[in-house]
Order: sequence, then C-alpha cells, then structure tokens
Amino acid sequence: MNPRLDPRRWLHYLLAPLDGPLTLLILILIGYATVLMVSASPERLGTLALNTAVAFSVMWVAAKTPPSRMMSAALPLYAIGVLLLIAVALFGDVSKGARRWLNIGVTRIQPSELLKIAMPLTLAWYFQSREGMLRVRDFFIAAALLLLPVGLIAKQPDLGTAILVAASGFYVLFFAGLTWRLILPVAVVGIVGIGAIVAMGDTICQPGVEWPGLREYQKHRVCTLLDPTSDPLGKGFHIIQSTIAIGSGGVLGKGWGKGTQTHLDFLPERHTDFIFAVLTEEFGLAGALFLVVVYILLIFRGLFIAAGAPTLFSRLLAGALTLIFFTYAFVNMGMVSGILPVVGVPLPFVSYGGTALVTLCLGVGMLMSIQRHRRRVGT
Amino acid sequence: MTVMRTPEQELARFRARLAVAGVVALLCFGLLVARFFYLQVVRYDYYSTRAEDNRISLVPIVPNRGLITDRNGTVLARNYSAYTLEITPSKVADLDATIEELATLVDIQPKDRRRLKKLMDESKSFESLPIRNRLSDEEVARFIAQRYRFPGVELKARLFRDYPMGSFASHVIGYIGRINDKDLERIEESDDAANYRGTDHIGKSGLEKSYERDLHGITGFEEVEVDSGGRAVRLLRRTPAIPGNNVVLTLDLKLQEIVEKAFGNRRGALVAIEPSSGGVLALVSTPTFDPNLFVDGIAPQDWDQLNTDLDKPLLNRAIYSAYPPGSTFKPFMALGALTTGKRTPGQTLADPGYFNYGGHRFMDDKVGGHGGVDMYKSIVVSCNTYYYVLANDMGIDAIANFMRPLGFGQRSGIDLPGEAEGVLPSPEWKKRRFKRPEQQKWFGGETISVGIGQGYNAYTPLQLAQALGAVVNNGVLYRPHIARHVVDAKTGEKRTIEPEPLRTIPFKQSHIDLIKRAMVGVNKAGTGSRAFAGAPYEVGGKTGTAQVYSLKGAKYVEGRVAERLRDHSWFIAFAPADKPVIALAVLVENGGFGAQSAAPIARQALDYYLLGKVPAGIAAEDPAAEESAE
Repeated sequence: MNPRLDPRRWLHYLLAPLDGPLTLLILILIGYATVLMVSASPERLGTLALNTAVAFSVMWVAAKTPPSRMMSAALPLYAIGVLLLIAVALFGDVSKGARRWLNIGVTRIQPSELLKIAMPLTLAWYFQSREGMLRVRDFFIAAALLLLPVGLIAKQPDLGTAILVAASGFYVLFFAGLTWRLILPVAVVGIVGIGAIVAMGDTICQPGVEWPGLREYQKHRVCTLLDPTSDPLGKGFHIIQSTIAIGSGGVLGKGWGKGTQTHLDFLPERHTDFIFAVLTEEFGLAGALFLVVVYILLIFRGLFIAAGAPTLFSRLLAGALTLIFFTYAFVNMGMVSGILPVVGVPLPFVSYGGTALVTLCLGVGMLMSIQRHRRRVGT
Repeated sequence: MTVMRTPEQELARFRARLAVAGVVALLCFGLLVARFFYLQVVRYDYYSTRAEDNRISLVPIVPNRGLITDRNGTVLARNYSAYTLEITPSKVADLDATIEELATLVDIQPKDRRRLKKLMDESKSFESLPIRNRLSDEEVARFIAQRYRFPGVELKARLFRDYPMGSFASHVIGYIGRINDKDLERIEESDDAANYRGTDHIGKSGLEKSYERDLHGITGFEEVEVDSGGRAVRLLRRTPAIPGNNVVLTLDLKLQEIVEKAFGNRRGALVAIEPSSGGVLALVSTPTFDPNLFVDGIAPQDWDQLNTDLDKPLLNRAIYSAYPPGSTFKPFMALGALTTGKRTPGQTLADPGYFNYGGHRFMDDKVGGHGGVDMYKSIVVSCNTYYYVLANDMGIDAIANFMRPLGFGQRSGIDLPGEAEGVLPSPEWKKRRFKRPEQQKWFGGETISVGIGQGYNAYTPLQLAQALGAVVNNGVLYRPHIARHVVDAKTGEKRTIEPEPLRTIPFKQSHIDLIKRAMVGVNKAGTGSRAFAGAPYEVGGKTGTAQVYSLKGAKYVEGRVAERLRDHSWFIAFAPADKPVIALAVLVENGGFGAQSAAPIARQALDYYLLGKVPAGIAAEDPAAEESAE
C-alpha cells in the first residue's frame, strides 16, 4: 500500500496542528450551537455547517502557521485594517443606520472584524520589538496604535466591536506590564461605582433622588439601563423579552424546541446575539452552567498556553486572545441577562454568524500554533 | 526611565497577571451565574407567568347586536353584513401612498382619511383599522382583483347597524355611535370593560342606549398564541360570542307612522299608552331625524344642521320638553276637588266671566262668562272662572299633594334615557328653584294660574298621558314602558317586561266616572266636538292651550302673533270611554287653540288604533315593506 494513501497518516497530518483540549471544547460549543439552531432557526443549519467548515479550515491553517510568521504579518494586517476602516468611513455602505461594510466588488467585508485579531497581534509585535528596552513611552505609543482604529470603529457606530477591539489591545498592555498604579484606581472606581448603581438601582432611580454631579437626563439613561421596564417599547423591549426567556426557563428549562419565547417570536435576533436566551429558556440554569463551565475550561486552557509560551510575543498574544474569548462570553451573557447594556457582541462559537466564527476560530488556531511551537524557540 | 527586568522577573510577573486575569474571569462568570440563579430560581414564578402572558392572547369575537322590533314584528333596528376595507398600519410601508393607490380603486373621501388618522392615534399599530366602510359590490370586485398589490390591506365582512324605518320613531329607537371617552368611563365603572373589548359601537340614545345591556350580547373570545408582533400563530380555544337579545316593543309602528305623518312639518309630540299596563303604543316627537347618520360617526355638516335647526329635531319633545298643560289640567283639578272634598259634582258657580283676586282680574275665555257652571259643565266648556275659584279654595299645597301621585313633575321611569322632570308648582318647589328670598315667596295669585294649567306648571306629554292613563285606569298608575319582551336571539326564550303598577291612588269610582263622562261630553258637545264628529266609538278628551307669550292684558289674536309665539295646542284623550285601551296626550307647538290642531291628530290616532282606519296617503299594510323597497 502506498504510504501516501494511508488514512492514518492523513489523519495524523490533519490532527497534528490541533490542540486536543481546545479542539474538544470548540467542538462542544459548536455542537451546542447546532442543537440550539435546530430549535431556533433550523433553516440555517446548512449555512452553519458551511461556516463551521470554513472556520475550522482557517483555524487549521492558523494552527500550522508558526508564531514568527504571524509576527511578521502583524503590522501589514494592522495597516490594511486601518486603511479599510478609513475607506469604510468615506465610502462604506450604510446598513441599519451604521456604516460598517465595505463593498469590494465581489463581496462586502467588515474591516472592523479584521482588527479584532490584528490589534492584539500588532501590539504583541510592538512589545516584542521593544523587549528588553521597554519604556513608559512605549505604552503611550501602544495606546495610540490602539485608539486609532477603536475611534474609527466607534464612529461607525459599532460600539460592540469597538469595545472588543479596545479590550483586546488593553489585554496586551496589561500583560506587557502596564502599571497597577494606572489600572487599580480605574478598576476600583469602576467596580465600586457600577456595583453601587446596580445594587441600589431601585432606590436611587426613584424620582426625586438627585445624583451628585449628574444631570437628570444622565440619571435617566443609566436608570433605563438598570430597569428596562421603564422604557418597555423602546430599547428595553429586547431585554425584557430575553430576561423573561431566561427567567421562565427555570432550573431545567422548558425542553428542547419548547421555548415559547423563542418560538413565538418574542425573542429578537434569537439565532445571533440573543441565542443565549434560547439556550437558557430551553435548557434552564443547568444548560447555562454547562456553557459557563465550557467557557471557563476554554479560558483556562488559553491561560495555560500563555503561561507556557516561549516568547514575549506569543505570551502576550495568547493571553490577549484568551481574554477576548472571555470578553465575548461575558459581555454577551451579561447583556442578554440584563446586567450589561445591549451591544452587538456574539456569544463565542455559539451565535450564528460566519464572520465572528471565523475570527474566533482564527484566534483559537493562533493559540494552538503557540502551544505547538512552544519548545522550538526558547530552548 | 526604563523598566528593566530580568527575563525571569518578566515571566514571573506575566504569570502573576495571568493568574489575576483568571481570577477576574472567574469572578465575572460567578456574577453571571448569580444573575442566572436570580432570574431562573428566585424569580422563576414571576418570569414564568410573564412568559405565559406573552404567549396567549385573547382575541375578542364581537357579538351580533340584538334587533329591535315593534309589537307586530316590524324591524326597527337590524344589522346587515357589508364589506369594509381595513388597513394594518404596521404592515404598510408607506401609508399615504397605499391610501392614494387604494383611492384609484374605491372611493375614499377626505373624511375617511381623517377618521383613519384619528383611529390610528387611538390604537396600536398592529391593529387593523377601517379606511372605508360599506363598499359597493363593484368596489369589492375591483379591490379583490388588485389585492396582491396591497399587503397589509384586508377586505373584511362586518356587521353594520341599520335603521330600516329611517326617521320613523327615531327618538324612540335612538342610535348607536362609536364609543367615546365618556362611554369608556361608564363601561369601566360598570365593570363591563372585558365585554366591550372589540366593540366599537354603543347605544347613544333612545332604546339603543337604555337596552344596551340586552342588545349588546356577550363577547366571545378566541385564545390564540401570538408572536410579539401580535400576529396569531395558532388557535387554542374558542368561546363563541352570545348574540345580543332582541327587544320587542309595545310600540305600534303603524300608529307611530300615522301620527308622525299627521304632524306633517309641525313641531310637537304625542304619547299614547295602554292604561292597563303602561305600555307605550306610540311616542312621537317631531321633527324627527335619520338615526342612520350617526352609526359610523356623523358627518360634521349633518351634525351642524341637526344642531342649529331651530326646530331642534334631536330633541325628544315627548319626554324631555315640559309645557304648561293649559286646560288639559282641568279634569285633574276637578278630580282633586272631588277627592279632597272641596267640591261636589252638583255645586254650581255663577260665572261672571272673570275672577278678582288681590287687585287682579283673571279673565275667562268667554266674555260675560258661562253662566251657571257645575263640575260637568266646567270641563265640557272649559270654564276658567270655575278653576280660578277652585284653585283658590283648594290652595297650592292641596293641589300639589293631589297631583304628585299622578306623576306630575316627576320622572315617570320610562325605559328611555333623558327624561325631564317637569315642574309641579308648590311653595317648596319655589324655594328650591329660586335663590333670592323675595323670589322664593309663594303668592296666592300664582295659585289661581296653576288652577287652569298655566303659571309655573310644566309637564311633559308623557306625564300627561301617564296621569290620564292612571285616572281612566281607576287610579292604578303604571310605569310607562316601551319594551314588551326581551327575546333571547338563540333560544327564542322570552323575558317579558312586566307591567309595573307604581301605585294605586284611592279614587272613588263615582268621581272617576264623572270626570270620564265630562270628558266624553267634551267631544260630544264641547271643545272637541268638531274633531270627533261622527266617531263610532265613545271617546273622552280635553283640549288645552298653553300660553307661550304673555300678552299683558291685550286680547290674543292668533293671526297677529308671530308663529313661534303662538300658544301651544294640547289634546288629551282616552277611548273607548267604558273600558279605555288607549290614553294619549298630543301637543302641537305653537298650534294655537287645542281643538284646532292637536285634536285632529288624536282623532287619526284613535281611528287607526280602535278601527284600523288608515288615512289616505299611508300604506294600509306594513310600512316597512314600502320603506325598504325604496
């Protein structure tokens, strides 16, 4: 038998670049997505399969690409991304009130998506290039590299993507050693402030209660966020319906395909950003906990890979990519369950949507590559 | 400044930060799990209920409104099915353009557009709202052919209210109209809100209003699963509507028609009742109006016309307008005199043609007077002096106390909305009526005028008919009513509106017989003799003339007084005299002397009711057939 046709060799060739735990976790998530899609939007199963195939190919290619090559691609990707963003701002198509898409003849692309990967890649490259001679000044340069595309994306406006891109850049700065003296005060004030507002939302949003330093309309905006029922026909509608879906799911859920909120069209965007509501309505708290556990395992696998990464570049990239997964998951579940404002962030690997899936799988592929190449450099 | 560290320190710090990130991630996920726990465990019951509420929507099924028919089955109010074109604004991209397009197929008036705009302001965008009612067959056909061009526009069959008799008996039947805020308030107060979900119309006047509860029926419901857009996904359960009950009247539409035509274009009213039950046989107020104008919202120009018309066609004179009864009051005064013992039938008064009281001379109609007048003669010739003296002898309190049980100056309790009280004058009434002390005092001279039915006296035609009915019914006074049965539209089960005797006034039979005999005399030899010449039945009556305008001593000459300042003409009658089956009161506004204009109308009514005689120019049989054939 010709060794070239040996299926075991082929299998080995295919599986070798892939990281076992990560692959398993992604397969679980995509399996979960498929189960939900059968219930929420079965007509999209074909596209989901196609998207998955494309995303896995991208992941496989990324996993085979050594980190050194990624590093050399960083700056060009960043430059292309920023140029495309400027092009979008000037000539982009307007869809649903936002200018996000660039028609390049064959298809429409969304350059902001590219930045989600290009941003941590570029900053990791930058810090790698400054390794051993890092100055405070470098953090300012990195921040500038970060804020240019974030500003462009936020102006589209696409707050969700802007937050994700900003976060991905911030994570690199954080792992690169951004001083705690800058991080801690901001974090403490933020956590305490948000915590206080959320915890006491009912009392401080009563009419007549004045917020020191804030005007009445500013108070109103925050309060609408805290209590969507104060604006049930406006933005609050999605949140009201998704919290009803989650709450009515109970511990074990209503059962697969039996979610009334899902099937009676009460849930907005039920196959994309709000798929988590479908999940919790049909599979309950148990289904939600299972998903959270999968995400935690994914994140800890990522952090483990980062901890063992040989170079500064791969360490920073791995750490940042992992935290991006976390951010996606946290922001999405937070917004669907009504503790974060509604921004367009998908549930990673579960929400329907080819672009996001490809981007995420590209990130996972890079993590795999870093894991696979950990011993080649640095010994 | 450089941040120099050894690679080992770098790595250690990096790993510490990874640990921090891991902890933060765990905390954040912990927060999420806490939130899920809160929503799914702590508040599970609440959200579970919310989800249920979300799912099931009750779609009302509007019941068919009951019919109104007269005592012979002639339909006075019915429903007919017609097509209406409805738009669901939320399903239409460009409403104005769609309406413009529709206007090329069906006739859409500016008022239709105005109504749609108004409805849109009042309703949710996913409700389907009428743009055009009652499409012609041709319009229906044109729309159906082009239907594919109009997503969000639907052709629906709906029931419309129709009054086939047009303006006949319009004051009795009343009309329905779109529910307004005031109606809504009333509906909510009476806890009927659920039953009116889906109902657009409600009785606004007449029987349509007073029998609203019966006519409306009970709204049915379809339980459907809906999506958040309000679209029905699946029918779960259906509770059919229970149609409204039919109301059958005591009213004889033919009698009503004859009387309305007898009035011609004169203003006035007639109420005819069956003395032994209080059942209303005819209740006429002229001029009338077409209740069909109101059903789908009256057009502004029609409304203005009805409202500004000097003849006040919307006014139900039979129950709402109170007039001095004039000489028709005399038989009641006479009965009061007998009952209180102030007079015996044979007591005779020498009538000089006037009565002096407090320096004022109260005149008789006949110059020089009627000579010797006993009670019988006082009624037949309508002698004023006899009643001036009588009123003075009885005193105002005795008069008021006698008249009150007969229903004068009180609402009769008829099953029609908007009845007026009228005025039964008395010192107490004057105290209530006027504010200034000098106006509150009762003067003896005022009693004298009351005696001949003038002065403060003011009664509705209904009150006079009711009082007359009580007298000829030997003192048993019934609550007048127009509805005879309420019939269940499904089972045909009848609920009879039982005649309700309000009170029995203890009259002496001999007293009643005298009054009746005197009133028969009126039509044989007295003021009503011309109108009732040759009547083959025995009929009692009394003419009356109510002053509209005080001439301040000058002699009243009809031709010299402006039409609207002429006296009102009254006639009350009952027949047959021995066992009355009908008692009526007729009023012709500004008709002059009672015998002249009111009595002939009474004659026509009685000729029909007792003999079946139909005047020339009116179809002998079913007027409904003729009307609807037009």
